[in-house]
Amino acid sequence: MPANPFARPSQEAATSVRFEAEVLPWLDAAYNLARWLVRNDADAQDVVQESLLRALRYFGSFHGGDARVWLLAIVRNTCYTLHARHAPEGRHASLDDEALALPDDCPSPEALTLLAVDVGSLRQALERLPPPLREMIVLRELEECSYKEIATVTGQKIGTVMSRLARARERLRAELSHPTTEAGRHDVR
Amino acid sequence: MTCDEIRLLLHAYLDDELDAAQSAAVLAHLAGCAACTARYEDHARLREALAQPDLYRPAPDALRERWLASQPTAPVTARPRRGPIALALAAGFAGALLLTSPAWIDSLRAPGTADGALVAQAISGHLRSLQPQHLMDVVSSDRHTVKPWFEGRLDFSPQVKDLASQGFPLAGGRLDVVGGRSVAALVYRRHLHVINLFQWPDEVSEPRPRMIRQHGYAAIEWSADGMRYVAVSDLGEGELQEFVRDFREGAALR
Ligand SMILES: [Zn+2]
Repeated sequence: MPANPFARPSQEAATSVRFEAEVLPWLDAAYNLARWLVRNDADAQDVVQESLLRALRYFGSFHGGDARVWLLAIVRNTCYTLHARHAPEGRHASLDDEALALPDDCPSPEALTLLAVDVGSLRQALERLPPPLREMIVLRELEECSYKEIATVTGQKIGTVMSRLARARERLRAELSHPTTEAGRHDVR
Repeated sequence: MTCDEIRLLLHAYLDDELDAAQSAAVLAHLAGCAACTARYEDHARLREALAQPDLYRPAPDALRERWLASQPTAPVTARPRRGPIALALAAGFAGALLLTSPAWIDSLRAPGTADGALVAQAISGHLRSLQPQHLMDVVSSDRHTVKPWFEGRLDFSPQVKDLASQGFPLAGGRLDVVGGRSVAALVYRRHLHVINLFQWPDEVSEPRPRMIRQHGYAAIEWSADGMRYVAVSDLGEGELQEFVRDFREGAALR
């Protein structure tokens, strides 16, 4: 390599410009996902900062495609790796079918009506979902990702995305239909 | 389809992840099953509730500044002073639309809005109309028959235009329900395809038509002269746009 003093900086600058144009527009999406997964501001900011560093490091191998989906996948991985050690919900994070099963239908489904859909109740119910279900709701309802995009972000099959999303919504519906039972932390079957 | 299958599929239906045939099968089940319909309505409400902007956590400014500060080579001054969202819209969204849509039409990317919900109901109405005996209450290619039929059945008089010479013959009309109110549904045809044109009075003025795709169907929504219109069909987008243009330009019956 000839020692061209201008080559490296200008290439770095070009990468930086491209990164700013293609990846930084999705900063809100990155933060939203991180914030919902780690559930506090400071940790979410650390996760996103670390994710951006990783994204920039791997940016050379990102050739077009959907930068938002690409970044969200990095954020999700970073959340789970950075927070695996002190995640209080770690035991919930196991993906056994028991924990993720559809709640049994109430005896009279007609009597089960969705009561509380105000922002406060929704936020609480969503934060109580186990992370594998919570991320489905965040990616689908808040980020408006398609099933295919969610499958790419989470590394799952589309069929898994579909059934997890169904479970996540059934859980939310069940929780929001019984706002007075205070039984959210142990699932009522 | 069984209720158990529907229990899973209704989510994919809600998310517009089913093709037209699967969507029709879900709707056919819902039409005959109160329990699944109640469940569907709950989930539709839940979806709407989750679209509240307060639930979205945008990045704090501090984070943006922290990132930019950590990147000494970032040519901050060379950047246009636009927010990331504006940039995202300009780069990814509007740019793509300009390439694919004629200038007179806007695309709506996210159907999670109130308008999107109305259009979703119009599309459901279109799908219902394709079931046997559901398409028309008044069968006539003559607008002088179709328009008066609505009198006394609605609290407004719908616009009925003759588009036969443009290749969209009128077939008839019926009453339908969109957004909790009775609306007029005109039925036009293009070869073997059906176009449902829903209309109802609305103060909102959005003269620019918007294209919305859901469940394998295309819908175009616009408003004019105090009326809201939604055209739905399984026609290709180009032909549906042609229909909407012809209708908008067609002579009104006085
Ligand atoms: Zn059923």
